[in-house]
Amino acid sequence: MSFIVDYYNYWIVVFLMMAGFYIVISANNLVKKIVGLNIFQTSVFMMYISIGKVQGGSAPIVADGITSYSNPLPHVLILTAIVVGVATTAVGLALVVRIKRAYGTVEENEFEDKDALI
Amino acid sequence: MVELIDLVLLGMLAITALRVIFLKDLFAVVMLFGLYSFLSALIFVNLDAVDVAFTEAAVGAGISTVLMLGTLALTGRKEKANNHTALLPLLVVIITGAALIYGTLDMPPFGHPDNPAHQHVAPRYIEESPKEIGLPNMVTSVLASYRAFDTLGETAVVFAAAIGVLSLLGMPKPGGVAIDSGLKSHLVLRVVAKLVIPMTILFALYVQFHGDYGPGGGFQAGVIAAAAVILYALVFGLPLATHVVRPNFLKVLAALGVLIYAGTGVTSFFLGGNFLDYNVLASDPVVGQHIGIIVIEFGIGITVFAAMLGIFYGFAAQAERTNIQ
Amino acid sequence: MFEQHFPVLPIVLPLIAAPLCMLLGRSQLAWLLATIVSGISFCIAVSLLMVTLDQGVLSYALGGWEPPWGIEMRLDVANALILSVVTGISTLVLVYAKDSIATEIPQSQHTLFYTAHLLCLTGLSGILTTGDAFNLFVFLEISSLATYTLVSLASDRRALTAAFRYLVMGTIGATFILIGVGMMYMKTGTLNMLDLAARIGEFEYNRTLNTGLAFILVGVSIKLALFPLHMWLPPAYTHAPSAVSAFLASTATKVAVYVMIRFIFTIYGAEYVFYSMGMDVILLVLAIVAIFNCSFVATVQSNVKTMLAYSSVAQIGYMILGISLVTTAGLMAGLLHIFNHALMKGALFMAVGAVFMRTGSADIKAFRGLGKTMPWTMAAFTIAGLSIIGVPLTAGFVSKWYLVTAALEQQHWMIAFLVLIGSLLAIVYIGRILEAAYFKDPVQSASDKTIKEAPLMMLVPMWILAVANIYFGIDTSLSVTAADAAANWLFEPSAQAVFQSASQSASELGAAR
Repeated sequence: MSFIVDYYNYWIVVFLMMAGFYIVISANNLVKKIVGLNIFQTSVFMMYISIGKVQGGSAPIVADGITSYSNPLPHVLILTAIVVGVATTAVGLALVVRIKRAYGTVEENEFEDKDALI
Repeated sequence: MVELIDLVLLGMLAITALRVIFLKDLFAVVMLFGLYSFLSALIFVNLDAVDVAFTEAAVGAGISTVLMLGTLALTGRKEKANNHTALLPLLVVIITGAALIYGTLDMPPFGHPDNPAHQHVAPRYIEESPKEIGLPNMVTSVLASYRAFDTLGETAVVFAAAIGVLSLLGMPKPGGVAIDSGLKSHLVLRVVAKLVIPMTILFALYVQFHGDYGPGGGFQAGVIAAAAVILYALVFGLPLATHVVRPNFLKVLAALGVLIYAGTGVTSFFLGGNFLDYNVLASDPVVGQHIGIIVIEFGIGITVFAAMLGIFYGFAAQAERTNIQ
Repeated sequence: MFEQHFPVLPIVLPLIAAPLCMLLGRSQLAWLLATIVSGISFCIAVSLLMVTLDQGVLSYALGGWEPPWGIEMRLDVANALILSVVTGISTLVLVYAKDSIATEIPQSQHTLFYTAHLLCLTGLSGILTTGDAFNLFVFLEISSLATYTLVSLASDRRALTAAFRYLVMGTIGATFILIGVGMMYMKTGTLNMLDLAARIGEFEYNRTLNTGLAFILVGVSIKLALFPLHMWLPPAYTHAPSAVSAFLASTATKVAVYVMIRFIFTIYGAEYVFYSMGMDVILLVLAIVAIFNCSFVATVQSNVKTMLAYSSVAQIGYMILGISLVTTAGLMAGLLHIFNHALMKGALFMAVGAVFMRTGSADIKAFRGLGKTMPWTMAAFTIAGLSIIGVPLTAGFVSKWYLVTAALEQQHWMIAFLVLIGSLLAIVYIGRILEAAYFKDPVQSASDKTIKEAPLMMLVPMWILAVANIYFGIDTSLSVTAADAAANWLFEPSAQAVFQSASQSASELGAAR
């Protein structure tokens, strides 16, 4: 039982990561691929934040009467990673918009067919 | 209690993610992603990561979702059915997932105070940073001082994204022809927007300068300030917005923010410290740290504001262009 | 007075120059600034290489915070060598780019090109210099985002889909690395590479650490385009602007190989990776399949840029092969090939870019008769091509020689034989182009317009690299000494142990405070 209590969090997070990963590699629509990428990354962020949690701890902001704080380091790393994620999303979506304009479609198999004609 | 909330939220996330896999309506997919982002922000709060939750809510549920919706407006909301075989992706995912589960087996137990992560580097941040840096918010201390170089890199990433979107989509010309956005005719919306926008900007300033004491900081403030202008552009139309905040001005701001941050580091050179060593900025190290953190947070704030708004302008300019055609 | 700051300057200078480029607005000024800054970075990198050859290792604590609490920049011979290559190629490519992008990228985008190039250089230098596992991820993403922009600047619409595919694969790779770093962090509580190495050394066999390493290796393999994760690379290099292809082909994948070396040898230690986990067999098989499969695919391509891209994937196979031999000699051959291959592929892609500029095509048909009309470009192409094949007196021969010797040292006759067969395939694909250039008459329709030699600004950097191919093929003292020192440094646990114990005592000191 303690085994499950210790790890259930990581297992569900792994499931979420894989759901996102599956969307990225299986989706044919480019917007959906980007959504999948975001879900994948957000789930990885959850893994990091889970590492930082201390039972009975509180948010790492100094306050009177609190002795135990959660680990601030993973929080800092993930703040950075979230920003990196949105930056990638913005560039990816901008590419999608341009692909739509150049090919008239954002379905991967359709523009592959159009390229094959050249 | 924490575990129970955690479990419920994770369950909701799992349902949301599964729903996204099978939905073909991309508008619903993006909305569900916004929901996913909000739920994960709640998890972050539950796990004590308030700063992260704040950012995730502002970025994931805010900016990312807006950009995705903007893209959908240009590319269509229906995903076409395709007869691709989903077998290979499924296989890859199952193998990857199995590897990850295998990896969890030797992980330190969730939330245990004796875990290596809580024993080695972090204790110094928790115990010493209030004295060394003089700020109650340890996340700000680590972000802006101990690991300031990461954050400089993060600012550069935002700048790189702005360069990317600018080169791909371009910028709207200021003061173009006004097109009725449809929202403009709603009186209630306009009045509410006029009330909300100044308050949002005020809140952004609060977040910018209060980040040392509570959750917040330059990044969140920049996003919120950009959101205020985005709201303005949505209600009153892009031409008016570009009249208020000119695209060329944004280019200068984005570059300036990075320069302010890197310039702080270079200033340390001349005062005899290492790159980004704030201790040398004032005679008292703690005062120096405080000056350094305020300056670089300001740099982050304006780069993020300019980059996020510039990215939105890029997408909006494309939308206007298609409307005209 | 800045000497003590040298380790951080190759990152900070381009980072400051990038926004300045954007503010300058005029493309001529932006070009000048970018070239000068890149040149200064190159000089600093070379001086760092000299210092590390002399003293071993340089550590720089950012923000004045001692590692592992702060981020550390850490230079040894291995990364100083590759840093010199990257900054040097960047400078040459910038000189080359001025005329090259004039025909390939709209005028209004030129400033953005230089800004993105500088950001990419910032990222690559950061990856090479940093001594912190998470900081590496951040710089990886800076260089990646700048790269996606650079690729998509080309006017061909296929560049857009290539950039998108690159973005998706690259982000998956980066996220895998993030997962791996997270697993390492949760078992050790640290992110500093040396500190990680010391703490991972305490574990004999650990499932979390194994998985972490596996994810990092897969993530890095995507970034370095190791077969079978290379599918993003050929379209990206084919459709990117020529200057971008030249820069990426000779730096980006090499930096990823370096990251792999760093994680295997410095952080986990060869013993853990190769003896406990048996990674060497997997890498060896993938490397050999990469060499053969991609060399073979290269022989049937009609687009010369695609052909060179597949050839790059094959050449990466040689580097990984060197690593997977698990000997100092093998690692040294791999490092040497990183250096030499940058020289060859840089020159080859520059030559193809010049041909593309004059003929408007990178198809093999466009090369017909160029031996007469563009003699200098084709001569440079020939030299670099011979180097790829591994003809004696070229740099390519030197690294193949050391690779074969390293394989024979281990009694791996089969591997040595396969390396030689791989060179035969290179003769086929390079030979096809040389045949078209020197022995075939130009296509009738193309002869309407006279094809001129490439402009001087493009020929000079191309020839610097071509001459370097010969120079480092004859006088191997600099490249071999540096690669040898780097390999010894990475491989000798004793050499690192001294520094590890030093850093350990430092961390104990810190903990006691």
